[in-house]
Amino acid sequence: MKFEDEPVPGYPLPILPGHVSPGRFERVLRAGAFAVTTELAPPDSADPEEVYRRARVFDGQVDAINATDGSGANCHMSSLAVCALLTRAGYAPIMQISCRDKNRIAIQGDILGGAAMGVCNMLCLSGDGVQAGDHPQAKPVFDLDALSLLAIGRRLRDEQRFESGRKITSAPRVFFGAAENPMVPPLEHRALRLAKKVAAGAQFIQTQYCFDLDRLRAFMRSVEELGLLDQVFLLIGVGPFKTAKGAEWMRNNVPGMHVPDALIRRLAGAQDQAREGREICIELIQQFREITGVHGVHVMAYRQEESVAEIIDRSGVLAGRVPWYPTRDTDSADRKAS
Amino acid sequence: MYALRRWSVRHARGLNRFYDGFERLLVACAPLFRRLGYPRLERPVALIERAAKGLLFDCRMCGQCVLSSTGMSCPMNCPKNLRNGPCGGVRANGHCEVRPEMRCVWVEAFEGARRINGGIDKIRVVQAPVDRRLEGRSAWLKVVRERTEPRPEARP
Repeated sequence: MKFEDEPVPGYPLPILPGHVSPGRFERVLRAGAFAVTTELAPPDSADPEEVYRRARVFDGQVDAINATDGSGANCHMSSLAVCALLTRAGYAPIMQISCRDKNRIAIQGDILGGAAMGVCNMLCLSGDGVQAGDHPQAKPVFDLDALSLLAIGRRLRDEQRFESGRKITSAPRVFFGAAENPMVPPLEHRALRLAKKVAAGAQFIQTQYCFDLDRLRAFMRSVEELGLLDQVFLLIGVGPFKTAKGAEWMRNNVPGMHVPDALIRRLAGAQDQAREGREICIELIQQFREITGVHGVHVMAYRQEESVAEIIDRSGVLAGRVPWYPTRDTDSADRKAS
Repeated sequence: MYALRRWSVRHARGLNRFYDGFERLLVACAPLFRRLGYPRLERPVALIERAAKGLLFDCRMCGQCVLSSTGMSCPMNCPKNLRNGPCGGVRANGHCEVRPEMRCVWVEAFEGARRINGGIDKIRVVQAPVDRRLEGRSAWLKVVRERTEPRPEARP
């Protein structure tokens, strides 16, 4: 998808009527395309080049890149900094904000700061508990939860006020999102929680890994019954497993991870398990696309980020579309010239 | 106490009905409370409230009680203090991600809410973030003042 008004990288796009942000991720979704997002694991480093290197592996395959905020309660470069670096190059980052590490004073400051650095998308999360990470001795903050964070973000944008009521002079033009996990209890109430997030201000949703299509379909039916289908953009989470053992380990150790036995058996029975893992991922993505109300896919491939390009390419969900990347338009111009 | 807390969720309907009556009684006592003076009442009432609700709900005295909206399962017992629903880390058996021996307070909350008339509608209301200044103070007196005094923002 190429926009007529494509700016110099690092500068915002004009905000279209009915849009809230000057970003291309919102544009792709509102244009009705099947969107693809992925996750960048922030480095344990102060070197910006590491961030760019990690982003480049997705070039041409993804519409937006999530920068995780201390995911799994492990310490890494901050999501705000990763996003600020990415916007300099013109990428469309999704800044994840977790309530675990910061109180409302710090978080509202980050929303303004992120928007000032050109971040157009923010994902409001509660966050993993500190016990899951490398600093279990840390103080869990949880001053807000994902819902109150969404409401505060929307208030900053739409009413130009802090939570305290104090006026701000320029609103953060941000497309706000939230997460949902349709795979874990209370299964019958997950759609209701989604409705609550939409009511609080979520405009897009990225789900946790969804390896169980039956559960996902049941969830989507409830979402439809609640009348939410045209109120929020839903991107379903998925990712490749390298080995059956790895899948089993994740099921037992990663919070909120539901992996059906059949999937683990299929992996275990394969000659090349990593290849089979990618194959499963591709099949799931293709099936997600057939579900009414699914607007895209969120591919999380921790420590195998290089496989994302192949998975998206082979799944065919981009349907010939080339998402923006720093040299996209010059590349094709070069090709035309030669 | 954990066992008693779970009993309270199982009896959410009765407890909610009892509280509705109790709240009406409290509101009716507002003129008396005003005469005695709220600042003077704060400590003794908070003490009674802490004892009663601590026993039944493992109440943490956040000072802004939402038990009627959460199926009588106190959300402050969630290790992440989530007041608007469960996180994505709930275990397959319905237990907590952070404290595996404990049932998720939100799995409990939905069960309790289903027992209360209109409970599911109440659980859908988005709760504002906690006002940490109210911690340790009586939520009962707060309700009475909100019901009977016109300008809540003017209160000390």
